[in-house]
Amino acid sequence: MTTTPSISGTELTDPQTQALLLKLTVLADDEIILAHRDGEWTGHAPILEEDIALANIAQDELGHAGLYLSLAQTLGGSDPDRVAFWRGPDDYRNTRLVELPKGDWAFTMVRQFLYDTAEALWLEAATRSTYAPLAEVAAKAVREEKFHVQHTALWVERLALGTPESERRTQAALTELWPHAAQLFQPVEGEAELTAADILPDLNAVHARWTDLVTRHLVDKCGLTLPDAPTTQPGRDTHTEHLAPLLEEMQSVARQHPDAEVW
Amino acid sequence: MEDSTPSTVNLQPSTIWDALASVPDPEIPVVSITDMGMVRDVTVGDAGRVTVTFTPTFSGCPALHVIRESIEQAVRDLGVTDVEVRSTLTPPWTTDWINDDARERLRQYGIAPPAPTGEGQLIQLDAEPTRCPRCGSLNVRMTASFGPTLCKRMYVCDTCREPFEGFKSV
Repeated sequence: MTTTPSISGTELTDPQTQALLLKLTVLADDEIILAHRDGEWTGHAPILEEDIALANIAQDELGHAGLYLSLAQTLGGSDPDRVAFWRGPDDYRNTRLVELPKGDWAFTMVRQFLYDTAEALWLEAATRSTYAPLAEVAAKAVREEKFHVQHTALWVERLALGTPESERRTQAALTELWPHAAQLFQPVEGEAELTAADILPDLNAVHARWTDLVTRHLVDKCGLTLPDAPTTQPGRDTHTEHLAPLLEEMQSVARQHPDAEVW
Repeated sequence: MEDSTPSTVNLQPSTIWDALASVPDPEIPVVSITDMGMVRDVTVGDAGRVTVTFTPTFSGCPALHVIRESIEQAVRDLGVTDVEVRSTLTPPWTTDWINDDARERLRQYGIAPPAPTGEGQLIQLDAEPTRCPRCGSLNVRMTASFGPTLCKRMYVCDTCREPFEGFKSV
């Protein structure tokens, strides 16, 4: 986690800086937790190529977390490794979408598709941020994210239009995951002001584009049925019982060797 | 960057570029980091301080530390004591920067070089056409959209039956 965004001439006010720090943490938390869930398939995926593919995807998502947290560090945030390995479940702000156990292959692919499309569209919009360091990070990450979208879109299609069993599992995954996916579009505290200043993308506009894109793929192309999304749901500070054991495993090496300088 | 003449060390940026041209890409050693377009800028300051700016290929590339250390070592080997290696994200790295000579070496090594990126289609669902590095056929199938490193994917040629790696167009 070492790439330093270039210094920008954009001046942020203190409230803007605090809101942006929170947003960057939220974005990184989703990437870290999803990367861990994807990494759980290493050595267990249905075929070798997919084992490698998910490891690649996880590595990219961790790379993006590194970009967000390095940017946060230049804004006064903590060291990226401290943020990743020394916060407990009460402090993580990831969505419940990404912390749910990895489930079967259909669950993993549907989740990754819902996430990748949301991330790619958000990043694409964030390349137009008036805050240059964020625009730079987004321009870098969106180029990588397109490969995820290609891959997971194809898998969802293959599973949905495959056998009755694969279709049943894919629909079950979508039914369970769809309400959680809406959480990706919950703004953080202070986000409205950053959006007004064109520092962050308009989340509602990204949400609308995402709904259109995934509906065309999941419903029109794959013949799946979208359940209703809940109108209200708890925020990112409310987790399932699945996050704590994930963090315990993910952070165990760092916490056993707090003075380690080289991994 | 302005052209600054070193006062204490008689070293031209071109000499440093030449030295960096011999630093191999850790994951694809037939090409160098300058072939790949990863070195973006070299400056020699008044006091002889050398600053090298590079850009990562993929943000999650595990070879970044190795590349950073290799750059620093290559410059130190020229007798420079004050070296700074910076990284930048702007403009983001693209496979369009891989030079023609390096593309030919990639092909001879068995890796299909990247196709032009086609800017403006950041979110596309179909992959770009790829040519078999052995026989030149376009009659190829992608067998895995991710490969042994972040920058490559796996193919098989249906004309000569050879499996091969292809560079992603980024």
